Amino acid sequence: MILKHFFASAAALLAFATTAAAQPGCALTAEPVRLSVKRGENPEYRLKLKLPPGCHTNSHQPNDPDLIPLRLTWTPGALEPGATTFPKPDLEKYSFSSKPLSVFSGEFEIVTKFTRKPNAMPGPAMLSGKLRYQACNDRMCFPPRTIDVKVPVLLQ
Amino acid sequence: MKTTLLRGLLAAALVLSAACSRPGGDPAHAEAAESSLKPAAKRNPAPDFTLKDANGRDIQLSSLKGKVVLLNFWATWCGPCKFEIPWFIEFEKQYKDQGFAVVGVSLDDEGWEVVKPYIQDKQVNYRVVVGTEEVSQKYGGVESLPSTFIIDRQGRIASVHIGLQPKSAFEDDIKALLR
Repeated sequence: MILKHFFASAAALLAFATTAAAQPGCALTAEPVRLSVKRGENPEYRLKLKLPPGCHTNSHQPNDPDLIPLRLTWTPGALEPGATTFPKPDLEKYSFSSKPLSVFSGEFEIVTKFTRKPNAMPGPAMLSGKLRYQACNDRMCFPPRTIDVKVPVLLQ
Repeated sequence: MKTTLLRGLLAAALVLSAACSRPGGDPAHAEAAESSLKPAAKRNPAPDFTLKDANGRDIQLSSLKGKVVLLNFWATWCGPCKFEIPWFIEFEKQYKDQGFAVVGVSLDDEGWEVVKPYIQDKQVNYRVVVGTEEVSQKYGGVESLPSTFIIDRQGRIASVHIGLQPKSAFEDDIKALLR
Protein backbone atom coordinates (compact mmCIF):
# COMPACT_ATOMS: atom_id res chain seq x y z
CA MET A 1 0.00 0.00 0.00
CA ILE A 2 2.81 2.38 0.98
CA LEU A 3 4.72 1.45 -2.16
CA LYS A 4 1.65 2.00 -4.32
CA HIS A 5 1.20 5.45 -2.78
CA PHE A 6 4.92 6.19 -3.25
CA PHE A 7 4.89 5.32 -6.94
CA ALA A 8 1.69 7.28 -7.56
CA SER A 9 3.34 10.35 -6.00
CA ALA A 10 6.49 9.62 -7.96
CA ALA A 11 4.56 9.61 -11.24
CA ALA A 12 3.04 12.97 -10.41
CA LEU A 13 6.43 14.42 -9.51
CA LEU A 14 8.05 13.08 -12.66
CA ALA A 15 5.35 14.75 -14.71
CA PHE A 16 5.98 18.00 -12.83
CA ALA A 17 9.73 17.83 -13.29
CA THR A 18 9.36 17.29 -17.02
CA THR A 19 6.84 20.04 -17.64
CA ALA A 20 8.78 22.44 -15.41
CA ALA A 21 11.47 22.40 -18.07
CA ALA A 22 9.14 23.87 -20.69
CA GLN A 23 10.71 26.75 -22.62
CA PRO A 24 9.93 28.06 -26.06
CA GLY A 25 12.55 27.35 -28.69
CA CYS A 26 15.19 24.92 -27.52
CA ALA A 27 13.90 23.62 -24.20
CA LEU A 28 16.08 21.01 -22.54
CA THR A 29 13.81 18.36 -21.09
CA ALA A 30 14.85 16.34 -18.06
CA GLU A 31 13.31 12.91 -17.83
CA PRO A 32 14.04 11.80 -14.29
CA VAL A 33 13.34 8.14 -13.54
CA ARG A 34 12.83 7.01 -9.99
CA LEU A 35 15.74 5.54 -8.13
CA SER A 36 15.56 2.52 -5.87
CA VAL A 37 18.53 2.11 -3.51
CA LYS A 38 19.28 -1.17 -1.81
CA ARG A 39 20.51 -1.29 1.78
CA GLY A 40 24.22 -0.44 1.87
CA GLU A 41 24.29 0.52 -1.80
CA ASN A 42 26.01 3.65 -3.11
CA PRO A 43 24.04 4.24 -6.28
CA GLU A 44 24.75 6.16 -9.46
CA TYR A 45 22.02 8.11 -11.14
CA ARG A 46 21.66 8.62 -14.88
CA LEU A 47 19.78 11.81 -15.66
CA LYS A 48 18.29 11.52 -19.14
CA LEU A 49 18.07 14.75 -21.07
CA LYS A 50 16.62 15.63 -24.42
CA LEU A 51 16.77 18.60 -26.78
CA PRO A 52 14.49 19.19 -29.77
CA PRO A 53 15.98 18.49 -33.23
CA GLY A 54 18.22 21.28 -34.52
CA CYS A 55 19.03 22.51 -31.02
CA HIS A 56 22.20 22.25 -28.98
CA THR A 57 23.35 23.24 -25.53
CA ASN A 58 26.88 24.19 -24.59
CA SER A 59 28.72 21.27 -23.06
CA HIS A 60 30.08 21.35 -19.50
CA GLN A 61 33.37 22.53 -21.01
CA PRO A 62 32.59 25.00 -23.78
CA ASN A 63 35.62 25.95 -25.83
CA ASP A 64 34.72 29.65 -25.84
CA PRO A 65 35.09 31.47 -22.50
CA ASP A 66 32.00 33.60 -23.20
CA LEU A 67 29.70 30.59 -23.44
CA ILE A 68 27.71 29.34 -20.49
CA PRO A 69 28.56 25.76 -19.49
CA LEU A 70 26.07 23.04 -18.67
CA ARG A 71 25.99 22.58 -14.90
CA LEU A 72 24.25 19.99 -12.74
CA THR A 73 24.21 20.41 -8.97
CA TRP A 74 22.49 18.15 -6.48
CA THR A 75 21.30 19.10 -3.00
CA PRO A 76 22.81 16.78 -0.40
CA GLY A 77 20.27 14.73 1.52
CA ALA A 78 20.02 11.04 2.34
CA LEU A 79 22.25 10.61 -0.70
CA GLU A 80 25.49 12.59 -0.83
CA PRO A 81 26.42 13.63 -4.37
CA GLY A 82 29.86 12.63 -5.62
CA ALA A 83 31.51 12.84 -9.02
CA THR A 84 29.40 13.79 -12.03
CA THR A 85 30.32 12.47 -15.46
CA PHE A 86 29.19 14.12 -18.65
CA PRO A 87 29.17 12.38 -22.04
CA LYS A 88 31.83 13.20 -24.60
CA PRO A 89 30.70 16.46 -26.23
CA ASP A 90 30.22 16.80 -29.97
CA LEU A 91 32.38 19.31 -31.80
CA GLU A 92 29.96 21.00 -34.17
CA LYS A 93 30.50 23.81 -36.63
CA TYR A 94 27.67 26.29 -37.04
CA SER A 95 27.08 29.05 -39.57
CA PHE A 96 27.86 31.64 -36.89
CA SER A 97 31.01 30.07 -35.49
CA SER A 98 34.47 30.26 -36.95
CA LYS A 99 35.49 27.11 -35.08
CA PRO A 100 33.62 23.98 -33.95
CA LEU A 101 31.82 24.37 -30.63
CA SER A 102 31.69 21.84 -27.81
CA VAL A 103 28.01 20.96 -27.49
CA PHE A 104 25.42 18.35 -26.62
CA SER A 105 22.38 17.71 -28.75
CA GLY A 106 19.57 15.17 -29.08
CA GLU A 107 19.39 12.73 -26.18
CA PHE A 108 22.19 12.41 -23.65
CA GLU A 109 22.79 11.37 -20.05
CA ILE A 110 24.67 12.84 -17.12
CA VAL A 111 25.79 10.33 -14.52
CA THR A 112 26.30 11.19 -10.84
CA LYS A 113 27.64 8.89 -8.16
CA PHE A 114 26.01 9.09 -4.75
CA THR A 115 26.93 7.82 -1.31
CA ARG A 116 24.12 6.72 0.95
CA LYS A 117 24.47 8.37 4.33
CA PRO A 118 24.98 5.76 7.08
CA ASN A 119 22.11 7.21 9.08
CA ALA A 120 19.68 7.42 6.12
CA MET A 121 16.40 5.84 7.13
CA PRO A 122 14.68 3.42 4.75
CA GLY A 123 11.64 4.83 2.99
CA PRO A 124 10.77 7.35 0.32
CA ALA A 125 13.03 10.35 -0.21
CA MET A 126 13.58 13.00 -2.82
CA LEU A 127 16.71 13.81 -4.74
CA SER A 128 16.73 17.46 -5.78
CA GLY A 129 19.01 19.08 -8.27
CA LYS A 130 19.38 22.07 -10.53
CA LEU A 131 20.41 21.96 -14.13
CA ARG A 132 21.64 25.18 -15.71
CA TYR A 133 22.01 25.34 -19.46
CA GLN A 134 22.02 27.69 -22.38
CA ALA A 135 20.73 26.46 -25.70
CA CYS A 136 20.85 27.66 -29.30
CA ASN A 137 20.04 26.51 -32.77
CA ASP A 138 21.96 27.41 -35.89
CA ARG A 139 20.50 30.92 -36.04
CA MET A 140 19.52 32.03 -32.56
CA CYS A 141 20.16 31.50 -28.87
CA PHE A 142 17.85 31.35 -25.90
CA PRO A 143 18.49 32.86 -22.48
CA PRO A 144 20.17 30.64 -19.89
CA ARG A 145 17.72 28.60 -17.89
CA THR A 146 17.86 26.67 -14.64
CA ILE A 147 15.48 23.77 -14.30
CA ASP A 148 14.63 21.92 -11.12
CA VAL A 149 15.22 18.20 -11.25
CA LYS A 150 13.29 16.11 -8.73
CA VAL A 151 13.91 12.40 -8.54
CA PRO A 152 11.78 10.23 -6.27
CA VAL A 153 14.01 7.80 -4.37
CA LEU A 154 13.08 4.67 -2.45
CA LEU A 155 15.65 3.76 0.18
CA GLN A 156 15.35 0.09 1.05
CA MET B 1 -5.07 43.40 -18.84
CA LYS B 2 -5.00 45.78 -21.78
CA THR B 3 -1.21 46.07 -21.50
CA THR B 4 -0.84 42.28 -21.39
CA LEU B 5 -3.00 41.94 -24.47
CA LEU B 6 -0.99 44.57 -26.31
CA ARG B 7 2.26 42.87 -25.36
CA GLY B 8 0.89 39.55 -26.54
CA LEU B 9 -0.12 41.05 -29.87
CA LEU B 10 3.29 42.70 -30.24
CA ALA B 11 5.05 39.41 -29.48
CA ALA B 12 2.87 37.56 -31.99
CA ALA B 13 3.57 40.23 -34.60
CA LEU B 14 7.31 39.94 -33.96
CA VAL B 15 7.28 36.16 -34.29
CA LEU B 16 5.27 36.35 -37.49
CA SER B 17 7.58 38.97 -38.87
CA ALA B 18 10.60 36.84 -37.96
CA ALA B 19 9.10 33.80 -39.59
CA CYS B 20 8.67 35.80 -42.77
CA SER B 21 12.26 37.01 -42.83
CA ARG B 22 14.23 33.92 -41.81
CA PRO B 23 16.78 33.02 -44.48
CA GLY B 24 19.01 30.02 -45.01
CA GLY B 25 22.63 29.51 -46.13
CA ASP B 26 25.78 31.43 -45.29
CA PRO B 27 24.56 34.47 -43.38
CA ALA B 28 27.53 36.64 -44.20
CA HIS B 29 27.10 36.44 -47.93
CA ALA B 30 23.51 35.40 -48.45
CA GLU B 31 21.24 37.89 -50.08
CA ALA B 32 18.00 38.97 -48.48
CA ALA B 33 15.07 37.73 -50.56
CA GLU B 34 13.40 41.14 -50.60
CA SER B 35 13.06 44.17 -48.41
CA SER B 36 11.49 43.31 -45.08
CA LEU B 37 10.35 46.88 -44.47
CA LYS B 38 6.77 47.33 -43.39
CA PRO B 39 4.75 49.94 -45.26
CA ALA B 40 5.07 53.27 -43.42
CA ALA B 41 1.38 53.33 -42.50
CA LYS B 42 1.67 49.99 -40.69
CA ARG B 43 4.68 50.85 -38.55
CA ASN B 44 4.29 51.10 -34.79
CA PRO B 45 6.25 53.51 -32.60
CA ALA B 46 9.42 51.99 -31.13
CA PRO B 47 8.89 51.78 -27.35
CA ASP B 48 11.09 54.35 -25.66
CA PHE B 49 13.59 53.62 -22.93
CA THR B 50 16.49 55.23 -21.14
CA LEU B 51 19.46 53.07 -20.15
CA LYS B 52 23.03 53.83 -19.22
CA ASP B 53 26.03 53.21 -21.42
CA ALA B 54 29.41 51.86 -20.25
CA ASN B 55 30.41 55.34 -19.05
CA GLY B 56 27.23 55.86 -17.03
CA ARG B 57 25.69 58.24 -19.56
CA ASP B 58 21.96 58.04 -20.25
CA ILE B 59 21.01 56.77 -23.67
CA GLN B 60 17.41 57.58 -24.50
CA LEU B 61 16.13 55.90 -27.63
CA SER B 62 13.72 58.72 -28.48
CA SER B 63 16.61 61.19 -28.48
CA LEU B 64 17.74 59.50 -31.71
CA LYS B 65 14.52 60.43 -33.50
CA GLY B 66 15.43 61.81 -36.90
CA LYS B 67 18.01 59.05 -37.41
CA VAL B 68 17.58 55.55 -38.73
CA VAL B 69 18.37 53.29 -35.79
CA LEU B 70 19.39 49.64 -35.71
CA LEU B 71 18.38 48.40 -32.25
CA ASN B 72 20.04 45.08 -31.54
CA PHE B 73 19.33 42.86 -28.52
CA TRP B 74 22.31 40.60 -27.92
CA ALA B 75 24.43 38.87 -25.26
CA THR B 76 28.05 37.84 -24.92
CA TRP B 77 26.96 34.18 -24.61
CA CYS B 78 25.11 34.31 -27.93
CA GLY B 79 27.22 33.09 -30.85
CA PRO B 80 24.92 34.34 -33.64
CA CYS B 81 24.84 37.77 -31.96
CA LYS B 82 28.61 38.00 -31.92
CA PHE B 83 28.73 37.02 -35.57
CA GLU B 84 26.68 40.09 -36.47
CA ILE B 85 28.56 42.63 -34.35
CA PRO B 86 31.36 43.31 -36.88
CA TRP B 87 28.67 44.12 -39.44
CA PHE B 88 27.09 46.64 -37.07
CA ILE B 89 30.49 48.22 -36.41
CA GLU B 90 30.88 48.60 -40.17
CA PHE B 91 27.36 50.03 -40.60
CA GLU B 92 27.97 52.58 -37.85
CA LYS B 93 31.17 53.66 -39.58
CA GLN B 94 29.70 53.72 -43.06
CA TYR B 95 26.28 55.30 -42.47
CA LYS B 96 26.73 57.43 -39.35
CA ASP B 97 27.15 60.64 -41.34
CA GLN B 98 23.92 59.98 -43.23
CA GLY B 99 21.85 59.96 -40.03
CA PHE B 100 22.22 56.38 -38.84
CA ALA B 101 22.99 54.92 -35.43
CA VAL B 102 23.32 51.47 -33.92
CA VAL B 103 22.19 50.80 -30.35
CA GLY B 104 23.16 47.47 -28.80
CA VAL B 105 21.14 46.28 -25.80
CA SER B 106 22.96 43.53 -23.93
CA LEU B 107 20.84 41.03 -22.04
CA ASP B 108 23.73 39.55 -20.06
CA ASP B 109 22.70 38.86 -16.47
CA GLU B 110 26.18 39.82 -15.30
CA GLY B 111 25.83 43.25 -16.92
CA TRP B 112 28.84 45.48 -17.42
CA GLU B 113 31.16 43.00 -15.73
CA VAL B 114 31.10 40.93 -18.91
CA VAL B 115 29.85 43.45 -21.46
CA LYS B 116 32.46 46.16 -20.92
CA PRO B 117 35.51 43.93 -21.55
CA TYR B 118 33.79 42.43 -24.57
CA ILE B 119 32.93 45.71 -26.29
CA GLN B 120 36.40 47.08 -25.52
CA ASP B 121 38.04 43.98 -26.96
CA LYS B 122 35.93 44.10 -30.13
CA GLN B 123 36.30 47.89 -30.40
CA VAL B 124 32.57 48.37 -30.68
CA ASN B 125 32.07 51.90 -32.01
CA TYR B 126 28.34 52.27 -31.37
CA ARG B 127 26.15 52.89 -28.33
CA VAL B 128 25.80 49.87 -26.05
CA VAL B 129 23.56 49.66 -23.00
CA VAL B 130 22.68 46.88 -20.59
CA GLY B 131 19.02 45.98 -20.90
CA THR B 132 16.39 45.28 -18.29
CA GLU B 133 13.41 42.96 -18.14
CA GLU B 134 11.17 45.99 -18.53
CA VAL B 135 12.81 47.00 -21.78
CA SER B 136 12.69 43.41 -23.07
CA GLN B 137 8.98 43.27 -22.32
CA LYS B 138 8.39 46.48 -24.23
CA TYR B 139 9.84 44.71 -27.28
CA GLY B 140 7.70 41.63 -26.98
CA GLY B 141 9.73 39.73 -24.41
CA VAL B 142 12.82 39.11 -26.57
CA GLU B 143 12.75 35.33 -26.10
CA SER B 144 15.56 34.69 -28.54
CA LEU B 145 18.77 36.44 -29.55
CA PRO B 146 19.80 38.15 -31.67
CA SER B 147 16.64 40.24 -32.09
CA THR B 148 17.06 43.36 -34.16
CA PHE B 149 14.61 46.19 -34.78
CA ILE B 150 15.24 48.72 -37.51
CA ILE B 151 13.64 52.04 -36.68
CA ASP B 152 12.85 54.75 -39.21
CA ARG B 153 13.57 58.46 -38.85
CA GLN B 154 10.11 58.99 -37.35
CA GLY B 155 10.88 56.58 -34.51
CA ARG B 156 8.73 53.74 -35.87
CA ILE B 157 9.67 50.07 -36.17
CA ALA B 158 10.19 49.50 -39.87
CA SER B 159 11.44 45.89 -39.71
CA VAL B 160 12.18 43.13 -37.23
CA HIS B 161 14.85 40.47 -37.63
CA ILE B 162 14.86 37.56 -35.22
CA GLY B 163 17.89 35.30 -35.32
CA LEU B 164 20.98 35.51 -37.48
CA GLN B 165 20.24 37.20 -40.79
CA PRO B 166 22.23 37.83 -43.93
CA LYS B 167 24.22 41.04 -43.64
CA SER B 168 22.36 42.33 -46.68
CA ALA B 169 19.00 41.99 -44.90
CA PHE B 170 20.05 44.73 -42.49
CA GLU B 171 21.92 46.82 -45.02
CA ASP B 172 19.08 46.83 -47.55
CA ASP B 173 16.70 48.10 -44.89
CA ILE B 174 19.14 50.74 -43.69
CA LYS B 175 19.81 52.02 -47.20
CA ALA B 176 16.12 52.14 -48.05
CA LEU B 177 15.32 54.10 -44.89
CA LEU B 178 18.20 56.52 -45.38
CA ARG B 179 17.03 57.46 -48.86
